[in-house]
Amino acid sequence: MRSIPARRPIVAALAVAGPLSIGVALAFGSVHLPFEEWLHALAGQGSDTAREIVWGLRAPRAFAGFAVGALLALAGALLQVLLRNPLADPYILGVSGGAAVGALAAMLAGLAGSLVHASAFAGACAAALALFVFSMRFTGWNIHRVLLAGVGIAAGAGAAVSLILTLAPAGQVHGMLFWLMGDLSGAEHPLTGWIALAAALALALGLARQLDGLSLGPLKAQSLGVAVGRTQALAFLAATGATVSAVMLAGSVGFVGLVVPHLLRLAGFTGHRVLLPLAALAGGTLVVFADTLARAVAAPLEFPVGALTALIGVPVLLVLLARLR
Amino acid sequence: MTLAAQGVMLTVPGRTLVEGLDVSLAPGQCWALLGRNGAGKSSLLLALAGLSRPATGSVLLDDKPIVDHPRGAVARRLGILLQHDAEDFWGSVLDFVLLGRLPHGTGLFGADPEGVAQARSAIDAVDLIDHADQPYRTLSGGERQRARIAQLLVQAPEYLLLDEPLSHLDLQHQLELMQLLAGLSRAGHTVVMALHEPLWAARFCDAALLMYDSGAYRHGAAHDVLNQENLEALYRCRLEAVFGSGYPLYFPVPS
Repeated sequence: MRSIPARRPIVAALAVAGPLSIGVALAFGSVHLPFEEWLHALAGQGSDTAREIVWGLRAPRAFAGFAVGALLALAGALLQVLLRNPLADPYILGVSGGAAVGALAAMLAGLAGSLVHASAFAGACAAALALFVFSMRFTGWNIHRVLLAGVGIAAGAGAAVSLILTLAPAGQVHGMLFWLMGDLSGAEHPLTGWIALAAALALALGLARQLDGLSLGPLKAQSLGVAVGRTQALAFLAATGATVSAVMLAGSVGFVGLVVPHLLRLAGFTGHRVLLPLAALAGGTLVVFADTLARAVAAPLEFPVGALTALIGVPVLLVLLARLR
Repeated sequence: MTLAAQGVMLTVPGRTLVEGLDVSLAPGQCWALLGRNGAGKSSLLLALAGLSRPATGSVLLDDKPIVDHPRGAVARRLGILLQHDAEDFWGSVLDFVLLGRLPHGTGLFGADPEGVAQARSAIDAVDLIDHADQPYRTLSGGERQRARIAQLLVQAPEYLLLDEPLSHLDLQHQLELMQLLAGLSRAGHTVVMALHEPLWAARFCDAALLMYDSGAYRHGAAHDVLNQENLEALYRCRLEAVFGSGYPLYFPVPS
């Protein structure tokens, strides 16, 4: 007999790792700060340069990275129970594909900065709207149709992205690829991400017990008193909102939304009241660590954070799967 | 305080499963539901649970259509063991069984010590206590079935609807489950179960509902309804009766 692993030590480890990841992100980067100078800067003292590096450059990026990871892991956890499909991740519904088309089209048109953001947002909204229209139009809510419509929209967006990359001049392709792989270098305003995270987490936690029931299948859930249609619709809303917010901050950071919820389930966390906030914490921590590595490991060269999250996450997942009975 | 079907017609595309069904399921009764594969036993259980609407007629809980009761209030009074549900549950057996407490609610992060105690006692009742902290997915088919029954027991409903509760169970656990369910009905619960073995129905149920392929039905006291003639007509094959412990065991024989 094999028991479920003890859960408290994992919660404690994550509670330490979360703040620690932010601390590490503030400490390391392409510019080396001696420990004492860094401590002074952290306390708001010391040289202007050091303070600017810690609070002006590293801090917004660390907090943005945390919000992105938390939003993606939350969205992944919601979609996996919603679609009852272990392969579900925040990008399966095509919303981030829509954002990518918007962003890349704006870059192709020679736009930059907030206009790229606005275009990405428009693309994400268009994809979400198309998803609702095609999956819910005539006969009401059907989760399988949502999944298939999402996969279809994602495939269409993928084709459009390929087309744009083919048409784009060589000089623009690098920036486009970074956007597609997920990149936090332009994430200067983490506050919107944190507001979105608070809202999505509050909505999701309100649904936690119903989601527990839903993990038994919609019919059994209904027999246990769960308002299945309403729960699915609200969880879908929270997941979509979280994905759009994450994509707006950092492009398509891959893997976090797929793997973090699974890691926690493998560790025995199945109740959504604990799983959802813990997924947010673990996702945020993973992205911040990955982004710090992406910035520091080959400075001044920066890797896209999405590549690092996968490089860290894949081996961990494979080892856990191999140990799974 | 009854669950009743009134003029219920159940259909699947191209076929009528049952028509004009009138039956009243009173507290303290233990009902067996018998019929061939596809006769509509599961469909009737779903309709009785308010999980599907009959084509015509209605299912009444306390004289009010069950679909008009709030879903949560129904879930506190009526529980169903489905033939299948999710197989990919990741938590422990205890986590799984505790989900039966959903309709009774706790605070957002509230611990539910009373629920845990009830769940452990239900797990003990289905002879799984040594597996309580084991991952649910590592259980065998029969052990999962017992865990699912424990989940239903924790829901503590007045009405227990069970779709083939004996499937995957060995003989000892079949006997123990039937004794448990008969005991619940004697304690005032209403038990309705779809069964494939008339012997269990004859030994433990006091009423039986036979659903014929034609859409017709017959119900009454188990000792009246469960006779050779009715069962041969129901299963459309010749039966031979062997008596042991006072109950007939029917063997199908080639006609």
